[in-house]
Amino acid sequence: VFKRFVEIGRVAFISFGPHAGKLVAIVDVIDQNRALVDGPCSGVRRQAMPFKCMQLTDFVLKFPHSARQKCVRLAWEKENINEKWAATRWAKKIEAREKKAKMTDFDRYKVMKAKKMRNRIIKHEMKKLQKMASKKGKKPEKSVKAPKSVKAPKSEKAPKAQR
Amino acid sequence: MAGEKPASEKAPAEKKPSKKKPAEKKPAEQKTSQKEGGEKKKKVRKHHASRNPVLARGIGRYSRSAMYARKALYKRKYTAPETKIEKKKKEKPRATITKPVGGDKNGGTRVVKIRKMPRYYPTEDVPRKLLSHGKKPFCQHKRRLRASITPGTVLILLTGRHRGKRVVFLKQLGTGLLLVTGPLVINRVPLRRAHQKFVIATSTKVDISGVKIPKHLTDAYFKKKRLRKPKHQEGEIFDTEKEKYELTEQRKSDQKTVDSQVLARIKKVPQLRGYLRSTFSLKNGVYPHKLVF
Repeated sequence: VFKRFVEIGRVAFISFGPHAGKLVAIVDVIDQNRALVDGPCSGVRRQAMPFKCMQLTDFVLKFPHSARQKCVRLAWEKENINEKWAATRWAKKIEAREKKAKMTDFDRYKVMKAKKMRNRIIKHEMKKLQKMASKKGKKPEKSVKAPKSVKAPKSEKAPKAQR
Repeated sequence: MAGEKPASEKAPAEKKPSKKKPAEKKPAEQKTSQKEGGEKKKKVRKHHASRNPVLARGIGRYSRSAMYARKALYKRKYTAPETKIEKKKKEKPRATITKPVGGDKNGGTRVVKIRKMPRYYPTEDVPRKLLSHGKKPFCQHKRRLRASITPGTVLILLTGRHRGKRVVFLKQLGTGLLLVTGPLVINRVPLRRAHQKFVIATSTKVDISGVKIPKHLTDAYFKKKRLRKPKHQEGEIFDTEKEKYELTEQRKSDQKTVDSQVLARIKKVPQLRGYLRSTFSLKNGVYPHKLVF
């Protein structure tokens, strides 16, 4: 039912407040609502933080409770949390959201053109497959082919638009 | 002080024993100083010790006026010698002038003041400002331009028959209006004026650094022409006024010269041509205050 628990070493993502968007490690639990938290590699000083503003991630570090910042930093760098975080879907979604908000009018136009082209290609392939299926109507042929060639042009256009 | 005086008497007495008698009553130092002054003019006078004995630190025995008397400052009033320049400067400007007066038995002249007293003193010290104070005519107004609008910026026109079209900004004219062009082949917007307030400035910029805009493109060039001289008062008033806009050859040639330069630069940026061709519109879920232009 629950997979991520509040424990010493759990890496959490801060969702709101002055340090919104940063990662911290839980060093100790103060009481029911607060934890002692430290983020040496993400620019968060060691401080108390309410659980409400923290969102637990999948990463757990190994260090004893109330370990000092140096130990937390060593554990963090050993596990390479920053890179692992950047590779998660969560972080990628956040990044995509940020990029979308920063899009200028010209970027929006480019994205619209790219989407249009992609959809056209997809439709074209679909129509082809449907035609084939209707032609050979009696023979039960599965036309559930995901054309992977379609995704290539879209990924080319998307980074171009994001630039 | 008392001990000092005989000592000073003795010293000069020793210096010149033959010449003078050591007179105790006469202040010896003055005499010697006179003689010495005669012999050596540049000798520094010996300064007297303080004539105001100290009672406590910072407090003297005698008052300021008593000290004035004791130091004989009434005898020692020095003024700097008056130089020739200062003498010349003293010549004040003439205050009055004598003028001859005609008439009999008048005593032929009058003494007249050159600078007369004012004949009127206003009740207010600072005169009231006119109601039109600080109100300048339109030609003298300060023209401002938003920082986001620079030559080469792509603007979105919001009003007029070209609303929604994306257009390239060239320069600001004398009245503050913006000179803008489609270019014509891309979106059918000619060289035209646009108002700064009714325009969205996007962050997309075209590099227009080398483009030369002809100098005769001013506000007068673009101003609408209206015939307002109805010689016949009624009937036929509507025909004489130029309603239909007629395209002149000059406009076409100016458009060509400017557009050719601008188009060359637009072609360098990928997809920009298509972008300028498209129009801007709001759709569901699109909020202008959230958009980054």
